[in-house]
Amino acid sequence: MPRVLEVLQNLFQALQNSAVATAIREGESLFPWIECVHVLALTLVIGSIAIVDLRLIGLSSRDRSVVQTTSLALPVTWSAFVVAAITGGLLFSSNATGYAHNAYFQAKLVLIALAGTNMVAYHVLLGKDAAEWRTPAVTPRRARIAGALSLGLWVAIAVCGRWIGFTLTAPL
Amino acid sequence: MSGYLNLLDAFCTGLAGTPASQTIKSVAWIIPTLQTVHILAVAAVMTSVLMIDLRLLGVGARERTIPWIAHRFLPYVWWPLPVLFATGASLIVAEPVRTLKSPVFLVKMGLLVLAVGVTLVCQVPLRRDAQHWERSASLRWAARCIAIASLSLWVAIVFAGRWIAYAQGA
Repeated sequence: MPRVLEVLQNLFQALQNSAVATAIREGESLFPWIECVHVLALTLVIGSIAIVDLRLIGLSSRDRSVVQTTSLALPVTWSAFVVAAITGGLLFSSNATGYAHNAYFQAKLVLIALAGTNMVAYHVLLGKDAAEWRTPAVTPRRARIAGALSLGLWVAIAVCGRWIGFTLTAPL
Repeated sequence: MSGYLNLLDAFCTGLAGTPASQTIKSVAWIIPTLQTVHILAVAAVMTSVLMIDLRLLGVGARERTIPWIAHRFLPYVWWPLPVLFATGASLIVAEPVRTLKSPVFLVKMGLLVLAVGVTLVCQVPLRRDAQHWERSASLRWAARCIAIASLSLWVAIVFAGRWIAYAQGA
């Protein structure tokens, strides 16, 4: 095993052995409750991002500018994402080695990173003049591509997330 | 009561024996896919409900009018419901005992009826008068109560949905 993977493996093992992780794993109902909050948060992340993405693609909210749409939806996205990340981290800790070896979990993390990169790239490089798009019915091509990419990535993230539950192995 | 339970048992057993149930259960990708579509439809409902309710509470989206928010998001509360019903019904066909005999599932359906009722209470007056919920101080308070009831119900529905997997029926 390469050195870096060994370090990670030890790290995940230690995380999994922590008091919090043990409480979540062995508790009667802690895991389901955290999962409930995680599901609620992720529906709000995906739903609010879809509002922005559909506006970028030009399918909805066309009576409002892109900036007006993002200022409505993105506060929900960010708040919900923080909650989803914290609850996701707690769920991960309960069986860190199992999740780390799960292909759908790995794919999900990569896809979230890609979605994040797409968003940063859009904001920094492509969307600088978003304020100028007052109420165009059709947004620039690059915005439509960013919106479609984001929507596709988040659907794929949901697919991977659901598959983890069917493929995860018990803690080592 | 025991007559009803016997009938339910017979119905579950019969349903579980149908070719449709066998197929959904035996093809590995069908249940996760149904659940994923179900969750994506929930995402549309939850986000739309949150947008409307935050506006009714005066917490978010204050630069938008209530009629605008209602017109923009109410359709996305309603149109995912057929998708939710179709995917939910398919999951029941696949695993009738896990769902129909689960108390949590019954609670979820009860909450759903209430949530649909609350949504109608909010929506119907807006058809006659788009400014209805802003006409007086008491109506503004009523709108806030509706928003809190609506948010609580929909959150409880999502929680109950996830708990079906854990609270198995007797």
